[in-house]
Amino acid sequence: MTMPYYVAPEQVMKDRAEYAQKGIARGRSLVATTYDQGILIVADNPSRSLHKISEIYDRIAFAGVGKYNEFDQLRVSGIRHADTKGYAYSREDVEARSLANLYAQYLGQVFTHEMKPLEVEILVAELGNGLRPPQMYHIAYEGTITDEDRFAVLGGETEAIVAKLDESWSATWSLSEALRAAVDALAGADRTLGADDLEVAVLAEGNGRRAFRRLVDEELVALLA
Amino acid sequence: MTLPLFSTTEDPGPDFAGLLRRLRVPAHPSIAGAGVAPSEGFRHGTTVVALRYADGVVMAGDRRATEGHSIAHRAMEKVFPADRYSAVAIAGAAGPAVEMVRLFQTQLEHYEKVEGIVLSLEGKANQLGQMVREHLPMAMQGLAVVPLFAGFDLARRTGRIFTYDVTGGHYEETEFNATGSGGRDARTTVKLGYREGLDREAAVELAIQSLYEAADEDSATGGPDLIRGIYPLVATVTADGFTAVTEDEVADRFAALIERRRTEGRQP
Repeated sequence: MTMPYYVAPEQVMKDRAEYAQKGIARGRSLVATTYDQGILIVADNPSRSLHKISEIYDRIAFAGVGKYNEFDQLRVSGIRHADTKGYAYSREDVEARSLANLYAQYLGQVFTHEMKPLEVEILVAELGNGLRPPQMYHIAYEGTITDEDRFAVLGGETEAIVAKLDESWSATWSLSEALRAAVDALAGADRTLGADDLEVAVLAEGNGRRAFRRLVDEELVALLA
Repeated sequence: MTLPLFSTTEDPGPDFAGLLRRLRVPAHPSIAGAGVAPSEGFRHGTTVVALRYADGVVMAGDRRATEGHSIAHRAMEKVFPADRYSAVAIAGAAGPAVEMVRLFQTQLEHYEKVEGIVLSLEGKANQLGQMVREHLPMAMQGLAVVPLFAGFDLARRTGRIFTYDVTGGHYEETEFNATGSGGRDARTTVKLGYREGLDREAAVELAIQSLYEAADEDSATGGPDLIRGIYPLVATVTADGFTAVTEDEVADRFAALIERRRTEGRQP
């Protein structure tokens, strides 16, 4: 009879973390930042139909990097959670914090109990209102949740992007300033990103009840210029 | 609450009503004790009208809700945006009707967000039909809901109107229709003034006139309430989306209508 090998829990966790990190690092990065009118989310994503950024609810957006099918499942469950909650209670009772907590719990659960961790990193952003400030929750593959005030960077190798944004970030910058800085940071030293390589969306006042809006085509080109 | 995740075989897809069923959130509570029609104790909403015009559709509804023979509410809203390019108006048992509109609005937005694409107008009309059909057991007990659905078809670049019966059957109207207890009077009024390709002015005016006549003939339909300043709700749906006609414009049109009647010596 063969005995199962003993593997130290530290080793198991380390292996899983390494596996998830590798998976995430294969994809491209994403940046979210506040600007004077709301929150801007920019993804390095040449696809027009497979979105990394999407609308969850009136003032809440979702963004994910890593394995598409995994974060898309999380996106849909977030929409379901928000719509069900808004239907059962009221629209104003739907907020990002509780959704971010649910995501964190689920990712943590999968990380510790399942064979394979999810190879994703996600962001839940909420446009502020009179009662709540704007919020950005960055949730990692193992369920760690961080609350970002200024900007969030999702992806595998983010140090350079974080450093660059840290330098340029300003609380009062306009949409086009924020966008150009985000694109600049995403592109790095040896690449340039044009409108065709980007997926861009904002959560902003002035879009009516649903604050989420994609920036595409001429509007995006004009903002980048 | 937990994150609503489903196995691939159980997944409700973009169907919000199906999601509610799986999560056991009651959307359409059926009333126990089949066959007993509650003749009192519930509110009833009445006349709504929709007509096509050059740029899209106009939809209007009075504001009265009745409970038996008394007026239960003077400022009920019966015309709602269903989504950006469509509107829904309701007549019948007020409670389930308003609930149905809420479910319908959520369903359209839910589909759009999950699928990343907006349902076709035909698809929306079908969805509402399914909701009316699911409501049939309650309709059999006297709590019928009869909606009117209209919107701007972005593919065909035209306004379209759909009417329903209690079985969920839906029928496309080529020009106009009205439903509710004063629907017949409203329909006749629109019929007399209707022409192909009306402009916005004429279409809004005709909708207002039709509600005026309906309120004149039907006790359950509310007319313009000049004392409290409550006027029927009127909205248009065009290529620019759903737009509510301002209360000031509606009030001015009613005032002009009443003034005309008075000076022309017609009663009322």
